Amino acid sequence: MYLYDEIDQRLVDERVAQYRDQTRRYLAGELSEDDFKPLRLQNGLYLQRHAPMLRIAIPYGELSSRQLRRLAHIARAYDRGYGHFSTRQNLQLNWPRLEDTPQILAELAEVQMHAIQTSGNCIRNITADHYAGVAADEIVDPRVWCEILRQWSTFHPEFAYLPRKFKIAVNGALADRAATRFHDIGLHALRGPDGEIGFRVLVGGGMGRTPILAPVIREFLPWQHFLTYLEAILRVYNRYGWRDNMFKARIKILVKERTPERFREEVETEWLHLKDGPATLTAAEVERVAGRFIRPTYERLPATDAVFESARATDRAFSRWVERNVAAHRVPGYAAVILSLKKTGVPPGDATAGQMDAVADLADEFSFGELRVTHEQNLLLADVRKCDLRTLWQRARVLGLATPNLGLLTNIIACPGGDFCSLANAKSIPVAEAIQRRFDDLDYLHDIGDLDLNISGCMNSCGHHHAGHIGILGVDKQGAEFYQISIGGSQGVDASIGKVIGPSVSQDEVPGVIERLIETYIARRDSEHERFIHTVRRIGIEPFKEAVYGDHHQDARARTRQLAVA
Amino acid sequence: MAIIIKMRELVQDNWRLLEGGADGALPEVPADGDIIVPLALWQARRDKLLAHPGRVGLWLDSHEGPEAVADDLAGFGLIAINFPKFTDGRGYTMARLLRDRYGYRGELRAIGDVQRDQLHYLARCGFDAFALKDGQDGRAALSAFADFSEAYQNSVERPQPLFRRRWAIAGEGMEWS
Repeated sequence: MYLYDEIDQRLVDERVAQYRDQTRRYLAGELSEDDFKPLRLQNGLYLQRHAPMLRIAIPYGELSSRQLRRLAHIARAYDRGYGHFSTRQNLQLNWPRLEDTPQILAELAEVQMHAIQTSGNCIRNITADHYAGVAADEIVDPRVWCEILRQWSTFHPEFAYLPRKFKIAVNGALADRAATRFHDIGLHALRGPDGEIGFRVLVGGGMGRTPILAPVIREFLPWQHFLTYLEAILRVYNRYGWRDNMFKARIKILVKERTPERFREEVETEWLHLKDGPATLTAAEVERVAGRFIRPTYERLPATDAVFESARATDRAFSRWVERNVAAHRVPGYAAVILSLKKTGVPPGDATAGQMDAVADLADEFSFGELRVTHEQNLLLADVRKCDLRTLWQRARVLGLATPNLGLLTNIIACPGGDFCSLANAKSIPVAEAIQRRFDDLDYLHDIGDLDLNISGCMNSCGHHHAGHIGILGVDKQGAEFYQISIGGSQGVDASIGKVIGPSVSQDEVPGVIERLIETYIARRDSEHERFIHTVRRIGIEPFKEAVYGDHHQDARARTRQLAVA
Repeated sequence: MAIIIKMRELVQDNWRLLEGGADGALPEVPADGDIIVPLALWQARRDKLLAHPGRVGLWLDSHEGPEAVADDLAGFGLIAINFPKFTDGRGYTMARLLRDRYGYRGELRAIGDVQRDQLHYLARCGFDAFALKDGQDGRAALSAFADFSEAYQNSVERPQPLFRRRWAIAGEGMEWS
């Protein structure tokens, strides 16, 4: 957990004062709606379907129990007693009053939090692997680099009015748990031949209307050049990115149009001017930032705990939860625990103020007072002693946070959708719930195994549908809500973009379609060890198409044949 | 005559901004007076403008760049950068290029949709003069320069980033950690 110093705190306080004055001028009619809009967006405030929506930054997903309690308090005092954890590891409040937002930001600043640049055409909240610091396959802890980026991107004077929003993710492990290939800039922290830290730089990935996997622009960037190289990328984008067409304004379109090779040349040319300049990082600065992180003081524990092992062997429900929601830890005797926000009947990612307070207590009791938000919209206690797992599980169960479905079909990623968001074409939450109800048999779910199912209410892809093994996209069909289904997407090192299987279907039909996809997978998998995504990759989407559209599909092919003959 | 912000004060301004027609026609060059000319006019009538009895400034639109006039920069009485909309951020990069790369030291003026809430970022990128959009309260806008007392990044205003200045700041009795 990074601790602010006096200057970090002062800047956030000054931002609150600036925004308070801007809001006052807007409410007094001195600032027009159009002129206020980009200002409030850069403080996280959207005007939504029913009320404003405030998006609070949780830098790289890390929270202290004190901060979570403050979020619970804000949800209670200024909202309707709950919040929504998003795929950018942020927290969204759906019902604050615009007049209250300066005060909410002031309350956040008191606990070293803010809503700076959580929206608008600027550099957004930096995201990272939620297992940072504890994963066994970690090469470099990405959090120090995320914090350096947080400071660099906060109020960067040159890049506050980019052509479009700009998202950066940092991963430092062998596995990619930060979906870096779907970001405007993805950074892979790694080590060079002499053990020195550097970054593989990927630019121009994204979801939305034009899903693209980010190409590698540089294989190894020594850490000293971390900031100057990013400035070169941003500068080329700021000058030449599309500004007259919102749908072409993301950096991915610029990279694609210029080709990654040419774009790279432009960046490298620009970088020659910035390289070794004042923004070149120093070892002292990296050490200073690293030194402001409070790190857990682990106990010396045996690698296995007898009580835990025996509970696991005898209690089926507990062992199932351990199997799915508990991850290995690099320190012997510890484990990382996912608290699931994916209980059937609750919108994915939602937590009540009561749950937040309770999780803060759990964090204090079991995990050094810290927790993390994952981009799959769950909460993580990263440093739990194995001997505490059973007690923690029992407590989490009472709170409705122990659904043993991490990585399973019902661990659905979903945006708030048409129930809240004014951009949405269709609802997401009831679709997620209908699918969770259809697949309520735990044995069946475990038999299906790892399967990411992601739902977005519109092309903006906040629910990451392109990266879902099964993706569901809300579309508008002559004023009615329909859903387009894709399969074969994936978010890891071998990331891929899902392919649409056919015409969109109505809301009622969605669970049935998912069922047919799963039946096809079960029938066609080469063994019970082959996962859904691998079956799709092996046999292609045709058999799934057949299963879902059957006769329709054959009719269409018959027509094509007739046309070909005629 | 207009009032503009220059060196963080309100001052009278006598410069005349020449704009081309909507059809792309170049503006007429007046017989005298201090004038700010569009890039296209400078490129088409360079010799005539060099003989102009008043001072000559250049204005660049947001899609243009300083590369085209790199060799002429020192001769201009001022350079203005147009913001067609305040959300068009290309002018920020252009300002930094003019200051950091091309070494331009003269007046750098923001024109167009220039408002109070952008002054802080504009100043950090090297602008030292601001022709506010009509209807803005110039006096009230002056306080915007003090919105933030520090900045993490290096910029034209602070050539060293915070992480290279912390030791010096600490010398003045401030916590550096």
